[in-house]
Amino acid sequence: MSMKILLDKVGVAGIETLPVYRAHGGYSAVEKVLKMAPADVVEEVKKSGLRGRGGAGFPTGMKWSFIDKKSGRPRYLVVNADESEPGTFKDRYLMEKMPHLLIEGIVASSYALEANLSFIYVRGEFRWIIAILEKAIAEAKEAGLVGKNIMGSGYNLEIVVQTGAGAYICGEETALIESLEGKRGNPRLKPPFPAVSGLYGNPTVVNNVESIAAVPWIVNNSGESYAKIGTPKSAGTKLISACGNINYPGVYEIELGLPVEEFIFSPSYCGGIKDGKRLKAVVAGGSSVPILPAGLILKTANGEPRLMSYESLSDGGFLTGTMLGSGGFIVYDEDQCIVRNTWNFTRFYHHESCGQCSPCREGTGWMERILHNIEYGHGKLSDIDLLWDVQRKIEGNTICPLGDAAAWPVAAAIRHFRDEFEWHVREPKECLVRNYGLPEATVATV
Amino acid sequence: MIKVTIDGIALEVEEGTTIMNAARRIGGDVVPPAMCYYTSLKGSGGKCRACLVKVAQGSAKDPRPMPKLVASCCTPVQDGMVVLNSTSPEVLETRRSIVEFLLVNHPLDCPICDQAGECELQNFAFEHGLQKTRSEFHRREFDPIDIGPHIKLHMTRCILCYRCTQVADQLTDERVHGVLWRGEASEISTYIQKAVENDFSGNMIDVCPVGALTDRHFRFRNRVWFLNPMDAHRHCTKCSGKVVLWLRGEEVYRVTARKDQYDEVKDFICNECRWEHFETKDWVVEGPRTVEKWSVITANKYTKETVELPDQLYSKLDNTKWDAFEGVT
Ligand SMILES: Cc1cc2nc3c(=O)[nH]c(=O)nc-3n(C[C@H](O)[C@H](O)[C@H](O)COP(=O)(O)O)c2cc1C
Ligand code: SF4
Ligand code: SF4
Ligand code: FES
Repeated sequence: MSMKILLDKVGVAGIETLPVYRAHGGYSAVEKVLKMAPADVVEEVKKSGLRGRGGAGFPTGMKWSFIDKKSGRPRYLVVNADESEPGTFKDRYLMEKMPHLLIEGIVASSYALEANLSFIYVRGEFRWIIAILEKAIAEAKEAGLVGKNIMGSGYNLEIVVQTGAGAYICGEETALIESLEGKRGNPRLKPPFPAVSGLYGNPTVVNNVESIAAVPWIVNNSGESYAKIGTPKSAGTKLISACGNINYPGVYEIELGLPVEEFIFSPSYCGGIKDGKRLKAVVAGGSSVPILPAGLILKTANGEPRLMSYESLSDGGFLTGTMLGSGGFIVYDEDQCIVRNTWNFTRFYHHESCGQCSPCREGTGWMERILHNIEYGHGKLSDIDLLWDVQRKIEGNTICPLGDAAAWPVAAAIRHFRDEFEWHVREPKECLVRNYGLPEATVATV
Repeated sequence: MIKVTIDGIALEVEEGTTIMNAARRIGGDVVPPAMCYYTSLKGSGGKCRACLVKVAQGSAKDPRPMPKLVASCCTPVQDGMVVLNSTSPEVLETRRSIVEFLLVNHPLDCPICDQAGECELQNFAFEHGLQKTRSEFHRREFDPIDIGPHIKLHMTRCILCYRCTQVADQLTDERVHGVLWRGEASEISTYIQKAVENDFSGNMIDVCPVGALTDRHFRFRNRVWFLNPMDAHRHCTKCSGKVVLWLRGEEVYRVTARKDQYDEVKDFICNECRWEHFETKDWVVEGPRTVEKWSVITANKYTKETVELPDQLYSKLDNTKWDAFEGVT
């Protein structure tokens, strides 16, 4: 069994209420940080090796150290709880089960950043979670853990819950900031980065829910202890939301470095492929990361076991690797059609592109139409090359990474499953999977 | 002052200058195309990606190349930066694809579009585009709508450069129009069928790089290359009063603001100047407008055979200017 630090108290009756949470040691991190210098808290998080859990995996402590303190302007912490990546549903679970853990993390992190105002930007559809968070904040405020003069330390912090309107792009940090400011959620050009000029032009740190929720443990147990969990380059534990054709879909907390094979097949996690079918492919980190066929997700190109870690999943770059991303783990059995899946993902990006920059606005629609044609038997062989070309011209040429997120799944699907695309466009213009079963080489049973 | 090298040409510029503006100092082929950037509009640029360039060396201090192409219109130069524009095959290839992206949904209706001859997308496609289309899909369509008494919106042609919304934000009193929806479904639209009526709304037409915002008083009345543009001015309390009169014979077909060689207006004009003075006698005519050499507008004018100036205009022109006028072909 892996170690748990975020979900270990899940299951304790009433843990979402303040008294029970405190009875289990809750808010000790707040008590501790208030006696520390803010810079020392940042140092501790730096030492922990914690990498942002929102998708890009940027080291959290380092991000905090970029915040402009010289300007003398107000600083903000914004917690990204927009959680919109298809396949990713871990933050909502964490907030639902452990609201006080997030709030404790926010108080400790805001103190480290010397911020007196913090926002939780929650996806608007999570109505019940918004209620849970607001209740928890009220409880914490009542107990003097949030608000004025926290625990008599003289430190003040207000936490505001802000709801989004269900736009995927509002999860991108600068679009989120625009949205918080009451504007259309269009990403901003970078630089300037939010740490210098973010919300209302003031220094701002945007962090994922899970990143912030890891801070109390780090404060309580030291950065060094956290760095010892996981692997040298991927410290700590990570929430993985597993779905698709597996026996036990759900949110799991794993120690980074767990073998992928164990994660998929062990009864402690996904419990193997449903109905005794064979594993075909996996999208390991949310819909935007490259899909990998069974052979490559279980083993790297050198034949080593693939691990659930930043470095192992990306081993081989985009030729034979993928990314840990946001931890949305989607498993496909042998009956799933990659063309249809790719079309589905592209449809999503087409719908969700903010429309500011031309490669993404027009390119996602173009790819969607080509894929639709192929999936429905109207494609030509040259369409596959065209599709490849279009994704290549979106990637790297857009304002924000949504363009890349739309391009990568298409690139990986063609790279690893070109035969399926070809089958769709050749006679008999039928889906390879639906009608003929898959060749042995592309599936794995363990 | 900091040093930057673009396509092998070195120059010194003030700190904070963008790559685009540094390139414009040099001129010629080193200037990247711009479809959304507009010097006088704050926040413009960064969107169309037409101006992407390669930074082969970040700066003298950190000589590493930048990993991706960067938007030259909003990336400031650094001391010792080395930029490749027309000398980079990667940049030129990307530019071809940007034209292609912009044309995925743009109708190729230049023969009936009022912007033909002045369209930045037409020029961009001519210089950088492919000759055939690779997207065989239905382009998106909208019915043209009148947004107020002066402007007709052909959303079908819009490339979502956001310039007109920036004009609305920055020049007009009450902004009633903006972008609706998202992605490819985005639309320039007015707030629930509202009319755009304010003193400076006409500038939205001038900044629109394509034929999406058209002048209701001018549309379909003539092709721009049959007209003779004349610089003119009048005393105006609202704006600089500096305009271009577009004449055919004696008739003023339209009045616009003056655009520079990058198709940008420096002095925006008010609606009164634009739409309430269609007589040459209302204006002090300064002389023929110099139009950039590659424009189709120059193709059919400034030659003795085709230019017929109304008599009263001769008297207003001073001789030196008239000489220059004759010399241009
Ligand atoms: C299109 C797009 C959507 C995103 N959605 C989310 C999201 O829902 N939640 C999230 O935490 N990060 C999301 N991100 C990443 C954020 O921009 C940002 O990197 C992250 O919130 C930083 O937090 P971290 O450093 O703690 O990971 C998204 C990025 C992009 C490009
Ligand atoms: S890449 Fe897409 S989502 Fe991001 S700014 Fe451009 S159009 Fe908007
Ligand atoms: S209407 Fe014209 S100016 Fe406005 S966004 Fe569209 S193309 Fe740009
Ligand atoms: S001109 Fe630079 S991105 Fe449009």
